[in-house]
Amino acid sequence: MSLYRTELRRLAKRRFTRYMTLLGLLVLAAVVVGTFFTNQKIDASVRAQADRQAEQQYQEQVRYSQQERTACERDKAAGAADANRYPPDCAMIQPPPREAFESRWFLPSTFNFRESFAETLVPFAAILALVGFVIGASFVGAEWSTGGMMNLLLWRPRRLTVLLTKLAALLTGLLAVTLPAAVLWFAGFWAVATFRGSTEKVTSGVWQSFALTGLRGVALVLAVTTIGFALASLGRHTAMALGGVVAVMVVGQFGLGILLSMAGVRFPEAWLLPTYALAWMQKKVTLEDWQACNATFTGECRPDTFDVTWGQSSVLFAVGVAVVLGAAIWAMRRRDIS
Amino acid sequence: MPAVLEIEGLRKTYKSRRRGTRNALDGFDMRVDAGQVHGFLGPNGSGKTTTLRTLLGLIRPDGGRMALLGHEVPDALPAVAGQVGAIVESPQFFPHFTARDTLSLLASAGGVAPIRIDEVLELVGLRDRAGERVKTYSLGMKQRLAVASALLKNPKLLILDEPANGLDPGGIREMRTLMRNLAESGMTVVLSSHILGEIQLICDSVTIISLGRRVAFGPVDEVLAQHSSGAVRIRLEAVTDLPSAADVLTRAGIRVTGHPDHLMLGGVDKPASVTRLLAEQGLYVSELAPVAVDLESVFLELTATAPVPGQHRQVDQSTKVGGAEQSGATGGGWGA
Repeated sequence: MSLYRTELRRLAKRRFTRYMTLLGLLVLAAVVVGTFFTNQKIDASVRAQADRQAEQQYQEQVRYSQQERTACERDKAAGAADANRYPPDCAMIQPPPREAFESRWFLPSTFNFRESFAETLVPFAAILALVGFVIGASFVGAEWSTGGMMNLLLWRPRRLTVLLTKLAALLTGLLAVTLPAAVLWFAGFWAVATFRGSTEKVTSGVWQSFALTGLRGVALVLAVTTIGFALASLGRHTAMALGGVVAVMVVGQFGLGILLSMAGVRFPEAWLLPTYALAWMQKKVTLEDWQACNATFTGECRPDTFDVTWGQSSVLFAVGVAVVLGAAIWAMRRRDIS
Repeated sequence: MPAVLEIEGLRKTYKSRRRGTRNALDGFDMRVDAGQVHGFLGPNGSGKTTTLRTLLGLIRPDGGRMALLGHEVPDALPAVAGQVGAIVESPQFFPHFTARDTLSLLASAGGVAPIRIDEVLELVGLRDRAGERVKTYSLGMKQRLAVASALLKNPKLLILDEPANGLDPGGIREMRTLMRNLAESGMTVVLSSHILGEIQLICDSVTIISLGRRVAFGPVDEVLAQHSSGAVRIRLEAVTDLPSAADVLTRAGIRVTGHPDHLMLGGVDKPASVTRLLAEQGLYVSELAPVAVDLESVFLELTATAPVPGQHRQVDQSTKVGGAEQSGATGGGWGA
């Protein structure tokens, strides 16, 4: 227990931990503030304004159609009508119907909590996962590279206990940041919806759905943090984790994506990690193959689809975490420390 | 006296596809008795640090037996780690923490009372600089901090690898006094160092390692005596008699090296026999002085690492003893 408390202290004392956490929280705050200022509450006057703008737009189109029709008739009478510009019958030039100009197009952006909040949990999880990855990698990587791990092992020779206690302290620290941040995130967007949008129809079922999505986000943060920690411990340097993730993203993701597209593979996104992260958060991502055409009875052409579910993502991430952490544990147990 | 550190037949082999196999430790033996200050000597690359790392559980041995404070290690290391303070090689600490933070975290991890932090900071002379970040420390100050971290446990066995590295002359003297005081208080100290004058001054016993094997061990006096060449310097009343004296002594089986004003004799068991031999020939000695050896010359002789003009010795060029039975130059085998 003393080791666990010590590692929590060490984590909190590190400047890098403090700065990265602060940076992550500032970015999250900026997202909330940005959303606040780019949205607006919709009231009767705003709706009336939108109605006026829709009507104005419609009237402009009517005027424009009238001008074009007049020009068409004039050119046809003069025998100089441009076949590429005008239809055979000038009467065909008609303004769009009034109902084509919907007032909602002219409404300012508004934040509907029920419809939009779930989407915000994706950047929330992504930002904190990035912070967790870097802090996790640095926490153990710096210990290895500065000799701190060796010093500690002279005091506590049980290597696995030391490594796993460090991980436990790291995850505790991340949870201590993530959970209050999640509460503030919910509260922040509730405030945005209250003052700059709508909180209507947020039933207990909706809350439950948001809570589950939030929990999946927290799980993602912890999984990515564990992978950063394990990679840095495996390479005994922070750079191992950071270099590894850059290599995976650049070579394994962008490169692979381009290669798969060039090879004409169906659903190339199914091979890319971000798709699975998104599926984990959104429960399902439907990929579409627009090269295929499935005709419907109405004659519509629909693409082939492929669903990536959160269940598949959970298996992928569980296996990934198990493999990387297992390798780190094996290396900690077997490799000499010099 | 009970042994606090025992090593028998320790082996560690590094295998590399490119560089082949290298035996860092090749059946190494060592014993340190309680309450001693024990010097652990060897040329660069001889296996000193590998031995200490293996003993402390940082390196996995390929064979042999080790015991600390009567417990077999590495199995019993968790049980004895609290009684063994150690620094291995150069001091390494997280650069952005202060010395006090560093010690506080170690004390907290090891369940040591916080009051001990101030005690060891005082002991190593860092009391007034304890609030500064380690990255601002000189090598000598980091060395002091390393010693402080090792002393934090108030250990029964203190293992220090090059503790005087980077210390100023005053610091070296303070370290020497500290070692002696710790030994007098009942602590056993194992000291690895290349400052052989210091080792000779403060150590009760030594172990010398070369290419992974023990080449000498025992009390310092005994090691020096065993490796004393029996050299004697003589001067005669008349310098002109030196050639005659050299002739007489050579015929008596003594190795003689001539110098302009004196002779150096080797392999002399009893200096009195020299005076008698010369007096019988009418040659009278004005000065006869046994030439004392020091640890440095013994070390250089045993490890064959004395510099040779015109040659550049490589790190692995040192003495390798033939087998385990030859390793005890002055003492017996395991458990002696």
